[in-house]
Amino acid sequence: MEQTVKLAMPERSQEQAARKAAAEKAGMEKKFDIKKLNLFYGAFQALIDVDMEIYANRVTALIGPSGCGKSTFLRTLNRMNDLIEGIRIEGSIQFDGQEIYDRSYDLITLRKKVGMVFQKPNPFPKSIYENIVYGPRIHGEKDKTKLDAIVERTLKEVALWDEVKDRLDRSATGLSGGQQQRLCIARCLAVEPEVVLMDEPTSALDPVATSKIEGLLEQLSEKYTIVIVTHNMQQAGRVSDYTSFFLSGKVIETDLTEKIFSNPSNKKTEDYITGRFG
Amino acid sequence: MSGVNTDRLKRKKSAANGVFYGVIGLLAALTLACLIIIIGFILVKGLGNINWEFLSQEPRRMGREGGIFSVIVGTIWVTLVSIVIATPIGIASAIYFTEYSKEGRLVKVIRFFTEVLAGIPSIIFGLFGFAFFVVFLGMGWSVISGGLTLSMMILPTLTRATEESLKTVPMSYREGSLSLGATKWQTIVKVVLPCCRPGILTGLILGIGRAIGETAAIMLTVGGSLRLPSSLFDSTRTMAVHLYMLASEGLSEEKTYATAALLIIIVLIINTAANLIGKKLGTL
Repeated sequence: MEQTVKLAMPERSQEQAARKAAAEKAGMEKKFDIKKLNLFYGAFQALIDVDMEIYANRVTALIGPSGCGKSTFLRTLNRMNDLIEGIRIEGSIQFDGQEIYDRSYDLITLRKKVGMVFQKPNPFPKSIYENIVYGPRIHGEKDKTKLDAIVERTLKEVALWDEVKDRLDRSATGLSGGQQQRLCIARCLAVEPEVVLMDEPTSALDPVATSKIEGLLEQLSEKYTIVIVTHNMQQAGRVSDYTSFFLSGKVIETDLTEKIFSNPSNKKTEDYITGRFG
Repeated sequence: MSGVNTDRLKRKKSAANGVFYGVIGLLAALTLACLIIIIGFILVKGLGNINWEFLSQEPRRMGREGGIFSVIVGTIWVTLVSIVIATPIGIASAIYFTEYSKEGRLVKVIRFFTEVLAGIPSIIFGLFGFAFFVVFLGMGWSVISGGLTLSMMILPTLTRATEESLKTVPMSYREGSLSLGATKWQTIVKVVLPCCRPGILTGLILGIGRAIGETAAIMLTVGGSLRLPSSLFDSTRTMAVHLYMLASEGLSEEKTYATAALLIIIVLIINTAANLIGKKLGTL
């Protein structure tokens, strides 16, 4: 695949590039289809006519300067914005073809299928085991053997099992920041979501923890659809298949990551990528 | 020449510091001394008279002889009833104020009245309890009349303690729970409330402390019967009331101080237990 490299692009394996190209050609499954999304905090409009498609089993990164609306947008996907008073949403957000803001759409099902990992790790002040089984228990799982299996599976998925398998009943708050964040990811995976939303998951972590979590994302994307908000452009370049550039509440450009970073269509995108502002 | 002046200034400053430190230390010691003197005085005069007969026998000759068994039982019953009534109402109110209602005018008004309720003198509660529970509802002087009246007195403390506790639970826990697909109610019961156990316990202890010490309101609503209560509608006597009656009628100096000493010991035990439980709950 020929690429005009204007900027330093992190290395991508041949396998990845081939996979992306193949998927482009085949019909891709759309997990989220967002059309003309407008969001208002009272009188202030935070999102303006946002159109976007999020594809299954891909990592989509949302980049842009602070306050551009990317976190707000992320939170509309699992309706976490419902918690904020005075919010008004117009437009269409379809998940697997269904309007999620319909009155008849079950919020609990949405949040089970679309999980979220927050910027600051927020494990409950319970044991590691209790943190992970919280989700499955909420949804009715009582069988201890199944719960034990879920704990082992999810902790292995986030590469935390070996570190904590002998102290599952110790408090989660005793773990390091990076471990806590991986625990939060595991906790999210325990309810078997289809999509995992990540709101700047590594911005509160040190570089070692950050690279561990970035390393997880490729594997996770084989099973889940990942949408990650990041203000770190290099991170977006490293981990994502698609990138969407937000500016002042609008989506300026959404495309394959390789294209955005090497040959963006919009000048504003290029200015941001090359560090002229932001 | 300036060297001498700064020296004198330094000495003056350190002398002032020393005096200040001394005065503060003295006042602190005075506070501690008050506590020790009161507790010590009662215990010294009363501990000697506490023995197994005192705790297990019923009072005879209006309390001049015998023990205070029925009084102890009465105290436990009345306190228990007030706790059982006030706790669910207090916790539920606190949850409503912090988790469900919007911070509007109505909530502010309700909160104001709760604060006022906390400051109303006990005798007024007693008068209300007498007029409403004892007379109007026809419950008579009874454990239940006293329990209901006491529960109104300890409700504001419990509600406030629970509310403060709920407010300290970080929003991030609630967000984490909701994002996993939990309902608001599940989030409150399984994540938020468990964090509040030490705070709620503190509120309970403060409540019990006030309940155990109530005298006037109890006399007006529970009466002063020395018989062992066998139902919620029986009249009974609490330790504070018994202490008052023994002292004011001069029936027996030993029994008076013994009752007082027992009361103090119970308060000390409750506070220590609360401290220990609070520490244990606070760590996980």
